[in-house]
Amino acid sequence: MRLNRLLSVFILMLGVCCHIVQSHAQTVDDAKLRPLVQALAGDNFEDTTKAISDLVKTGDPRVSKILDALSAGDLYLAKADKTVFLGKRDGSDYAATDALTGAKLDPVPRSAAEKIKVNNRLRRDIAAAVGGLTLMSDNIAERRSAAEAILKTRDPESIPLLDQAIAVEKDASVKALMQQAKAAAVLSSDAADDVKIAAITEVSAGNSRDALGLLTPLENVQGPVGEAAKAAIDSINTKLAFWNAVQNVVYGLSLGSVLLLAAIGLAITFGVMGVINMAHGEMVMIGAYTTFVVQQIIRTSAPGLFDYSLLIALPAAFLVSGGIGVVIERGIIRFLYGRPLETLLATWGISLVLQQAIRSWFGASNVQVGNPSWMAGSFDLGLITLTWSRLWIIVFSLSVFAILQLVLKKTMLGLRMRAVTQNRRMASSMGIRTPWVDALTFGLGSGIAGIAGVALSQIDNVSPNLGQGYIIDSFMVVVFGGVGNLWGTLVGAMSLGIANKFLEPFAGAVLGKIVVLVLIILFIQKRPRGLFALKGRAIEA
Amino acid sequence: MFNLPAKFIGTLAAAAMGASLAMSPASAADDTIKVGILHSLSGTMAISETTLKDTMLFLIDEQNKKGGVLGKKLEAVVVDPASDWPLFAEKARQLIEQDKVAAVFGCWTSSSRKSVLPVFEELNSMLFYPVQYEGEESSRNVFYTGAAPNQQAIPAVDYLAKEEGVERWVLAGTDYVYPQTTNKILKAYLNAKGVKDEDIMINYTPFGQSDWQTIVSDIKKFGSTGKKTAVVSTINGDANVPFYKELANQGIKAEDIPVVAFSVGEEELAGLDTKPLVGHLAAWNYFQSVDADANAEFIKEWHAYTKNDKRVTNDPMEATYIGFNMWVKAVEAAGTTDSNAVIDSIVGTSVPNLSGGYATMMPNHHITKPVLIGEVQDDGQFDIVYQTPGLVVGDEWSDYLPGSKDLISDWRKPMSCGNFNIVSGKCGGVTN
Repeated sequence: MRLNRLLSVFILMLGVCCHIVQSHAQTVDDAKLRPLVQALAGDNFEDTTKAISDLVKTGDPRVSKILDALSAGDLYLAKADKTVFLGKRDGSDYAATDALTGAKLDPVPRSAAEKIKVNNRLRRDIAAAVGGLTLMSDNIAERRSAAEAILKTRDPESIPLLDQAIAVEKDASVKALMQQAKAAAVLSSDAADDVKIAAITEVSAGNSRDALGLLTPLENVQGPVGEAAKAAIDSINTKLAFWNAVQNVVYGLSLGSVLLLAAIGLAITFGVMGVINMAHGEMVMIGAYTTFVVQQIIRTSAPGLFDYSLLIALPAAFLVSGGIGVVIERGIIRFLYGRPLETLLATWGISLVLQQAIRSWFGASNVQVGNPSWMAGSFDLGLITLTWSRLWIIVFSLSVFAILQLVLKKTMLGLRMRAVTQNRRMASSMGIRTPWVDALTFGLGSGIAGIAGVALSQIDNVSPNLGQGYIIDSFMVVVFGGVGNLWGTLVGAMSLGIANKFLEPFAGAVLGKIVVLVLIILFIQKRPRGLFALKGRAIEA
Repeated sequence: MFNLPAKFIGTLAAAAMGASLAMSPASAADDTIKVGILHSLSGTMAISETTLKDTMLFLIDEQNKKGGVLGKKLEAVVVDPASDWPLFAEKARQLIEQDKVAAVFGCWTSSSRKSVLPVFEELNSMLFYPVQYEGEESSRNVFYTGAAPNQQAIPAVDYLAKEEGVERWVLAGTDYVYPQTTNKILKAYLNAKGVKDEDIMINYTPFGQSDWQTIVSDIKKFGSTGKKTAVVSTINGDANVPFYKELANQGIKAEDIPVVAFSVGEEELAGLDTKPLVGHLAAWNYFQSVDADANAEFIKEWHAYTKNDKRVTNDPMEATYIGFNMWVKAVEAAGTTDSNAVIDSIVGTSVPNLSGGYATMMPNHHITKPVLIGEVQDDGQFDIVYQTPGLVVGDEWSDYLPGSKDLISDWRKPMSCGNFNIVSGKCGGVTN
């Protein structure tokens, strides 16, 4: 382990000296370089590591490209003549080019070539070695990754090289990164105390997490350096404590929005109509599978539309789940109004049937639903990392909520729905066809569960069991928020999410969940109608 | 339902002579050997176990093509315990008592195995259990063809410490018996190697956890102290997909904090976009990418049987393959399917595994296995970066746990004991 670190330092050192050679734009004879490239296909990782350092030593400008290919797993060894070539998969062959000259070679069948093995450590070493080679590159992205690689290795030997690079760097953000890398390197060197203290100030101005990693080992050093490090760590920790609280709120909102999405359809079927719908989770699952089918169709017929696949899936999932909801209501549930126990059992049976149907149709394993590019990755908000997919789900669930409120409050269908829930007989006497309103309401609730499935397919796995994971949470949210009240569902979901996230760091995920459940039981004892109890004659009856 | 076609074919075959003799025994129940398959085909575990049911049907089909066992055809009896642990015991009893199966292949979770164990011991039947598990068990009636912790977890930790220079460890798992026992063993092992408690973070999550934001950000925090950090994951089943998605989205690359998993194989990766996961590790005793003739042939026949050349193979499938072949060989050696005779003859049986070597049934009813470490590739397969030089014998009682380190198991006569205490010299005792 120590040896590994020494090795990577060694490689980097070589990178440094060859960089100086490289400034004379030295290329090496192919005849000299070829055996070195050939040596990359060593029997074990030690051999390959040595071959990498030998290659870097030559200072040839082609080396960084070859090493990048190795790191990406594009270098292969032909089994027949034992030559190393650069391959790209092409059907059952590899399209081969000479690793050194880039000349096109005959394609090699897949079975006749063997990939040159790389593991994480080799990839790190290569990144560091290539980092030394590309710190002065013309390409800004290469310079940035070079600085990042040195920031990770914190190698004192790279300080003169960084000085050189900082002097000519024009881009402010890359320059800052290089300065961070230099300060990090200074801290691992045996520089004088005042230089180190300046480096501590520099480091603590940057990314706090990285800074903690750099400063923690210095904390126990005697003298002014240790004191400065301790002071810096303390101030970072206060900052982190604040951001931790912010993180809990943000993550809580994110968890809450997932709960809201899962529960909001149920808030209609259970909350508004009073149907204990155990098949609600399966409506979510069907929405997720609709997304999968839409993506499959897009993949085969219009790959360019992939980034829009979720937008296309939304109406499709609404229609599919909503349609199934209407069929279930007309076919089964309408015969069971006023018999909650039978409804519970019947819908539970439906949920099993739907699960097994999907399982027979698509198989028991997970299906792969891809993330469009705008859903992937994350961004930093202060000191917390928020992923794009979570952020979009927060936005999405709030918009679904808003749209649903509009439908209920501003449309004719909404007016009728509310009329039927508040007083069925009176609504019927006023000429509303209550059976159709029931069917449409149930369809609306199921359809919304379907579009929740589209969103959940992005963060959870899409399998026939998808719905089961959400059904308990959904009921919990609706009951806690107050049956029959959408605002209650919103507040209920968000407060459960945030409570969960504040408990999780102290109690752990398992105990946290239990504590939340116990709290809800206590709460329901006190307020059986939830947070926002509906008032009215029909309810009291 | 089968009567008419069987009779019809039988009549046809009668003209061809002899063939009718082969047909008529096949339809009479007494002249087939029944094999029970006890895997969940519905419920949460169906995702993993359905494949093993298919594997068993495939193996039985192949064996029948070769003429069956002891001159009799094998007949599969498939039941569905529906991921419901008590139902496993009920179905096991039904297989043994009503269907009179000669042996049962099944179970996945440790909970289901613990549920059926008393049934197999009471009715003196045989269970072949094909999944990696936490150890701390040895039964005369159970054959553990999956990995014990020393055949998976400990070599993986050694690899990370040696090859990746890891000094800080996150042990993350689902909250049930396998991860808890494995993590207990790993923690004791790491402590014995000089890793301090402050460098070990243990985290448990409920089944089906889907919100990993806090935990992944905690791991990130834990890994930013300057010491190389790795995650040892015993996270089970479905929870893995959102976990890896969160890792990828929060930008944790394998080069920074590698994750080595014990429950993630080819089947689990099939539901994932693996590009952001390249370089994360898994430790198994078999990968589909193993470069061996036996494996290439197995995959070819599996694809032909399932009529789907995208179907992946995985480690529990290999363990099922080994267990089935061991049973066949032991039955042939014993000349009968009687449990007592087969249990006696199976110890010492060697059959080829799929990585080009042999697996042997040891006296503790565990088998010998090579340990492989693979890195995830962008095509959902694993690139094998390390293989133990020799075979590792499954260690049922861990050497790193205080209660079990003095225990051994040997089911050969005259010892015939699953928990022999070498300190007290008695069977069935933990040293206190």
